[in-house]
Amino acid sequence: MGEAAEKLAASDPLKMAEVSVETQLAVERFLHRQAEILDEKQWEEWLALFTPDGHYWMPAREDQTDGEGVPNIFWENLDMMEMRIRRNNHPQAHSQAPNNRLCHVVSNVIIEDEAANGDIIVRSRFHCAEYLRYDVRNFTGKYRHVLKKTDDGYRIQLQRADLVNREGPFEYVLQWWL
Amino acid sequence: MTWTNEEIAALVEPDRAHRKAYIDSDLFDLEMERIFESAWVYVGHESQVKNPGDYYLARIGRQPMMMTRDHNGEIHILYNRCPHRGAQLCSARSGNAGRRIRCSYHAWMFNMDGSLDNIPAIDGYDGTALTIDGEDFQVQKAQRAANYRGFWFASLAEDGISLEEHLGKARTGFDQLIDRAPGGETEVVGECFHMVQHSNWKIFLENQLDASHPGATHESTGVAAMTIERDMRKAGDEPPMSYGFLSDFARLGIDGWGKFGTVGHPHGHCTLEGYMGLRPDDPDTNEYVKCMYDAYGEERAEEILGVNLHHSLIYPCMSIQPPLQQLRTIRPISTDRTMSEIWHFRLKDAPEAIYQRALGYYYLVNSPSTMVNADDLFNWWKVQHGLESQGGDWVSFHRNAGFDVIDGPLRKSPDGSMSEMPMRHMMHVWRDYMTANGKGA
Repeated sequence: MGEAAEKLAASDPLKMAEVSVETQLAVERFLHRQAEILDEKQWEEWLALFTPDGHYWMPAREDQTDGEGVPNIFWENLDMMEMRIRRNNHPQAHSQAPNNRLCHVVSNVIIEDEAANGDIIVRSRFHCAEYLRYDVRNFTGKYRHVLKKTDDGYRIQLQRADLVNREGPFEYVLQWWL
Repeated sequence: MTWTNEEIAALVEPDRAHRKAYIDSDLFDLEMERIFESAWVYVGHESQVKNPGDYYLARIGRQPMMMTRDHNGEIHILYNRCPHRGAQLCSARSGNAGRRIRCSYHAWMFNMDGSLDNIPAIDGYDGTALTIDGEDFQVQKAQRAANYRGFWFASLAEDGISLEEHLGKARTGFDQLIDRAPGGETEVVGECFHMVQHSNWKIFLENQLDASHPGATHESTGVAAMTIERDMRKAGDEPPMSYGFLSDFARLGIDGWGKFGTVGHPHGHCTLEGYMGLRPDDPDTNEYVKCMYDAYGEERAEEILGVNLHHSLIYPCMSIQPPLQQLRTIRPISTDRTMSEIWHFRLKDAPEAIYQRALGYYYLVNSPSTMVNADDLFNWWKVQHGLESQGGDWVSFHRNAGFDVIDGPLRKSPDGSMSEMPMRHMMHVWRDYMTANGKGA
């Protein structure tokens, strides 16, 4: 089990930490910016949001505590994310021609834990509309982020995205991270 | 329209099929009646209902069915319908009903084999035609249910050939999925993924052994994976073996897929010989081979591992890839909607690394975020749209047509070809099912 997954598994998902207004604002700004980077498809900036051991994770089940070694909807490290970016931007990525459009709203930001070194566990809710092939799909769910505090701002060590409809059925394939 | 057998037969020619077979809703209803509600259709693996009281829902043709395990450990395939007023009995996709299934409407109680156990205030039925053991008051069973080594099928026709006869030599796919386990058993891992294809069910089957599509359809993913592999090696890291499942698409190119033979079997099944370096020489594989030797002895283990089979397509409903421990089954919904269940398996007593390799394939190729099937689903959707148009009436299956190699009951693609034999073969079997007046193909 990775360090971040362990931290997340040990954290109470209903807890609310007492944090300063500054911390709350900084974390919210980070989450809003991350959503904007996804919507605007700024892929270099997307990869730069993660720590070198960072993962984007969409579990297949609610009771999963780790993404490693078990079935997931997404479980991607930086290599896999880079592969996905290269694939989706390849001229022969048929199902991404035309490319989809995403529009996120992130809200209900509750900081679960603030460590002495400034590392954060935060949960929030997201709504994301995807436009693809003349059709709009809606995705809704819960984020839980494990953020490392660095001299250069926060970095994602683990982003967990639990879809409300994680069991599917899925119409088409989810090709970009939500 | 009402279709006569002659009109249906005219939709299939030796090297092409008419678009109406994919888009006509009356034909779809006939397909459900004459194929899916008549032939042997896959329900699920016994490990989906591991414990007494477990149930798992499955659709056979248009019929809502469920697989249950009773308290003697026996498995049953039942219609998911209360004999009282018709309510669906189990509503979750899967679960455990406890001792009995209780209908949510009037609390009729049924045993896991479908037999009526009790009705509240049963004296209200005194002097009526209802009796507790009356046939009309039991949950109806599938007309026939059978399993092949733990893989359960049902047929909703009273009569017909046995499951073993239906599977014929294509059963090797199941044998491989079990025999490759040093412990001689296999089981599903977790829930399956459900994907809705916006295309006709036959298009899914046709794609599975279509040798000329991977290099074209999956080029982008192959190239991206190859680039990442190269970059990782440059940085001194060894890329995960599962990335090779993707980079193969680029390595083999568009015309490099002819070396993998395809075979057409009686009743529409098809098989594909292996291609993915299925027995690589790496420490994990070698440890696994040693486990196999210990379990079976060298001779038998080599016999099992020597079977050259990448893919078994069991007509009309499923595709199995034993060396990768994957199974997909399709549930047609309408002419242009097909639900697929995507499963993967763990081989008992195989090293964890072997499971992880299968999981890698499951994630990269079969998950809801796959970079491989994404383009397949998209192409099938485009095919469906094209066939709904009047821009042409026929689907071409001409590649190597007329050059099939007949070997007893088997029909083989010529060596080195990317023959469209599997599509022709399946359409001919489709015609036979559709015109056999319920007698099967």
